[in-house]
Amino acid sequence: MIEKTDVIVIGAGPVGLFAIFELGLLNISCHVIDNLDKPGGQCAELYPEKPIYDIPSRVKITGQQLTDDLLAQAKPFKPVYHLSQQVEKIDKIAENEWLVETSQNKQLQAKCIVVAAGAGSFVPRKLPIENLDNLESKNILYAVRNKSLLANKKILIVGGGDSALDWTNELSKTADVTLMHRRKEFRAAPDSVSKMLELENEKKINFLLGQIDNIEESKNDKIKVIVKNNDEKIDFEVDYLLPFFGLKMELGPIANWGLNLNENLIKVDTEKFETSVSSIFAIGDINTYPGKLKLILSGFHEAALMAQQCFKYCYPDKKNVFRYTTSSKDLHKKLNS
Amino acid sequence: MKIKVTDREGNKHELEGDTNSTLMEILRDANLDIEAACGGCCACATCHVYIKGEWLDKINAKDDDEESMLDQAFDVKHTSRLSCQISLSDDLDGIELELAPE
Repeated sequence: MIEKTDVIVIGAGPVGLFAIFELGLLNISCHVIDNLDKPGGQCAELYPEKPIYDIPSRVKITGQQLTDDLLAQAKPFKPVYHLSQQVEKIDKIAENEWLVETSQNKQLQAKCIVVAAGAGSFVPRKLPIENLDNLESKNILYAVRNKSLLANKKILIVGGGDSALDWTNELSKTADVTLMHRRKEFRAAPDSVSKMLELENEKKINFLLGQIDNIEESKNDKIKVIVKNNDEKIDFEVDYLLPFFGLKMELGPIANWGLNLNENLIKVDTEKFETSVSSIFAIGDINTYPGKLKLILSGFHEAALMAQQCFKYCYPDKKNVFRYTTSSKDLHKKLNS
Repeated sequence: MKIKVTDREGNKHELEGDTNSTLMEILRDANLDIEAACGGCCACATCHVYIKGEWLDKINAKDDDEESMLDQAFDVKHTSRLSCQISLSDDLDGIELELAPE
């Protein structure tokens, strides 16, 4: 089924969220796609608890609070969020008509696309060891999609954060799990840490102090992980290795959409913030133009000007009457509904 | 002040530092291959460096936040630091370091 909307916003970071609001003021509805499982982008993923000091009128605000406020501000316009999925493909189906396909096989159709993708999508950080491609599709898993694959297998989980601890606790029920970390302190939620320590006490999991030195292919579809702890090295043979070293940002499929790029940034004009392809816009950290500053407030400005041009594509026969939110009764009705 | 950096290919660079900057900012502005994804707020581990032994004691100490972020870095050694957390000072003139793998 193809879902239809006016504009598809790619990226639910602060600038993508504010774009919903600016478009909404002009009666333009949006669907928003993001690869994370929650809106907020870097603000929510990297620094939810850290203060931001340069949002106009907010003396100090955390990444999470900013996200929550932007979500509340966008809410009256009833945006539809498609989370935990990446845009894989963009096809032009007519003049100013786009078909977007996501990694969860959703199909969305819209008149405009707004790329507000920051530094790209968050994806798991891979091991910086060369020639792993072959094993990465077999024995090394950066995310668990199918738990049953791991039942009764010998597994080495690496890391000290929530993903590492949660999967250690979960998979201990069905598999032979060893958790490895460089120190016996964990930044994961205290509950998961105590659960893991309990499992270790009961010998339901093993804990190993160390780091990955290298990985080699082994017999019977297994791999040999060479583990080092200070100057000591040991070989550890397992069926699966699950390394959890957090997320990193990657441009991903955006590079294949035929937009003019400059060092992984999308070139735009500074009047409409439109890309080299008409009716595709780029706002926030992902775009570049002379004088660009990667600030959230610059992205907000870009969103407002982008919306003016989107109006022309969405309502080609209508005149856009400029209105202030303070004085327009029509806007009050929408915003307070 | 001078900063001596060895990159991941083993090439040596001598950079000019200043005491208003963090080490990460100098590395990034010199276009060395350091991602510094979070922009310097100790929220990622993509500015990981190894500091040469004798300089370790002269740098401001590592706090819990930095130690905990280093959990996301690869090949952490006792000389590992996140360069965004190192404020430059005149005592550090000539500091030597190496970029960690990414």
